[in-house]
Amino acid sequence: MKKYILQSIRLTAVLMVLLCVIYPLIVAFAGVFSNGDGGGEKITKNEKVVGYALIGQSFTRPEYFWGRPSAVDYNAAGSGGSNKGASNPDYLKQVSGRIDTLLKYNPSITKADIPADLITASGSGLDPDISEQGAITQIKRIAAYRKLDEKLVAELVVKNTEGPLFGLFGPSKVNVLKLNLALDELKK
Amino acid sequence: MNTELFGIIATYLLTLMIAIPLGKYLAKVFAGEKVWSDFLQPFESGIFKLSGINPKEEMNWKQHMKALLTINLVWLVYGFFVLIYQDKLPLNPDGNPGMSPDLSFNTIISFVVNCNLQHYSGESGLTYLTQHFVVMFLQFTSAATGIAAAVVFFKAFRDKTTVKLGNFWDFFVKSITRLLLPLSLVVALILAFNGTPTSYEAKDQFISVQGDTVNVSRGPAAGMIAIKHLGTNGGGWFGVNSAHPLENPNYLTNMVELIAQVIIPIAMVVAFGIFIRRRKLSWMIFGVMTIGMLLLLIPTISSELGGNPAIAKMGISQATGAMEGKEVRFGPAISAYWSTVTTIISTGSVNSMHDSTMPLTGMWQLLGMMINSFYGGCGVGVLNYFIYLIIAVFISGLMVGRTPEFLGHKVEAREVKIAALITLLSPFLILAGTAIANYVFTNHGTADWAVQPQNWLNNPRFHGFSEMLYEVTSSNANNGSGFEGLGDNNILWNVLTGFVLLLGRFLPIIGPIAIAGLLGAKKYIPESAGTLKTDTLTFGLMTFAVIIVLNALSYFPALALGPLAEYFTMLK
Repeated sequence: MKKYILQSIRLTAVLMVLLCVIYPLIVAFAGVFSNGDGGGEKITKNEKVVGYALIGQSFTRPEYFWGRPSAVDYNAAGSGGSNKGASNPDYLKQVSGRIDTLLKYNPSITKADIPADLITASGSGLDPDISEQGAITQIKRIAAYRKLDEKLVAELVVKNTEGPLFGLFGPSKVNVLKLNLALDELKK
Repeated sequence: MNTELFGIIATYLLTLMIAIPLGKYLAKVFAGEKVWSDFLQPFESGIFKLSGINPKEEMNWKQHMKALLTINLVWLVYGFFVLIYQDKLPLNPDGNPGMSPDLSFNTIISFVVNCNLQHYSGESGLTYLTQHFVVMFLQFTSAATGIAAAVVFFKAFRDKTTVKLGNFWDFFVKSITRLLLPLSLVVALILAFNGTPTSYEAKDQFISVQGDTVNVSRGPAAGMIAIKHLGTNGGGWFGVNSAHPLENPNYLTNMVELIAQVIIPIAMVVAFGIFIRRRKLSWMIFGVMTIGMLLLLIPTISSELGGNPAIAKMGISQATGAMEGKEVRFGPAISAYWSTVTTIISTGSVNSMHDSTMPLTGMWQLLGMMINSFYGGCGVGVLNYFIYLIIAVFISGLMVGRTPEFLGHKVEAREVKIAALITLLSPFLILAGTAIANYVFTNHGTADWAVQPQNWLNNPRFHGFSEMLYEVTSSNANNGSGFEGLGDNNILWNVLTGFVLLLGRFLPIIGPIAIAGLLGAKKYIPESAGTLKTDTLTFGLMTFAVIIVLNALSYFPALALGPLAEYFTMLK
């Protein structure tokens, strides 16, 4: 027994050097050569960081495309989903409220136009994307508030839609931050 | 929609394409045959020398278990104190606090037993030091513990009669150097170049487009996310695990993480057959496991793609399926696949919030963890399956009126008793644990704890019951996923699940190893016309029936009170 204890402690120490020092340092070194130098890819505007490519941020003004509802209000210091069950009555009231808000700000659309992702909270609370339909639903509102041609905004949505991986796997998506930045560019 | 289903098929096929050759490789590594990775031998000799270990010293099954339990105990004691005092240790750029003793108790057990239940959130509950030196370290070593235990079990059936089952340290170290570490490096680099952070920098701050000040948690996460999947651990760097955009940046990384968590469990099944020179047996086991997986997977996908019926009633079409708790870049189809995979193989990482999945999906997730051997966790999946197999051998033996045999060894009263006890352990822990939690919730709602019992639940009625049932089931299966709405960081949940975790880990390892050790030492009886063949389709069906009957009898009442009741209420 004593033999095993001593061996266990020594083996633990040796493996710690290998697994907790050498291994992560190799990964950290390689990460320096990735986009964002291993600290996460940042998006800049006028040489100022305005966000992370992968982290969604809160858009509430009517002249911007809105992202998904977030259980943590896009506070990226943490993360979290709503964890509401499908049959929870309070939750269903909340969803119904979101539908009403969307209909109020986008008077031209009907309920059938609203995709599920615009009225449900994401898993992380930091989802950077919405579905293509989620962007299309908002085109008329954006065009009206910005006094832009609808076609121009629609083109922008198409340009910012990322298709499935290799054109084959998974859903299409629109990065809300990138789309909104492109929208701001359009104004000039 | 089709591209989402293609994604699932491609992911599973790629998994098999990697897992099968990997199984062949593992069989050779542990049999001591020549393999390409033998250039690592001098390096391994160095590790053994520094640790004062002679890797050639043969052990019997009891010595194996002593070594396994000793080193696990060392980790428990070490980690318990480091987590409590993490605020006073270096590598804490965000200034996070130390853990309370009950949270530390729960956390360290949870990582030692390969569960990763996580009653804390990574962003605020750990430091970079504890993320690496406690969490990531144990993700490697607990997975290697499981694999080494499985190899001991393999050894018992390789030769006709033997008590010498190799050296535990040898299997343990090789699991890391020949398997977990090289694969982790590959996965970590793929993640790093797709956007997962790798540097030790602290939280960042920026001003958003609308002018809000936003803090972003980050840290050297890529290395940990790789091993959390390869080792079927599941404990994430960030609170929401692989739903977090930095932990799982895109569809490609999602596929990689899904493949990573399934390859070793499947490879171990393949390795078993090659190692004991009975390939047909391992194909039969693989077949039963795969059919079991499909039976859980298909209804899960269908209920998630169908969307939430309560939202459909509001007039929303939900063409993309149920989206609450899911990420747009993955979509509901692959999220459903993930939720099946992560519950059947005890990973417990999530890329969507299980609490918000449809009621029936919740039931399939629970059932996956209750059965816990459709592929199963790293190494332990095979061991769990073996218990069902022994019960099936015993029942078949009774049916034909012969002494049951397995691989040429008589299965007698002692072995069957052990198997029966292990089979009864899971329902006992799950149901008794859930009963205790429910009792406290109903009768001591105002107890003065970190979270008052009456405020535990995030959802009312049947779904609230499911939240408690899920937490205990996940602990017993050493899974680690949760219905995360449950307020679980308080003394009752920390202590209760702590004990369920310990018992649910070590007894189901010791039991099968003891049976294998006892059987391996018995006289070998050559096959005759009267031998019950265990590698036939009939016997596969028999094992499958045993699995279904045992679990249905044990858990149907509990499932009826939770997910089934919720489902039927929603139909109204």
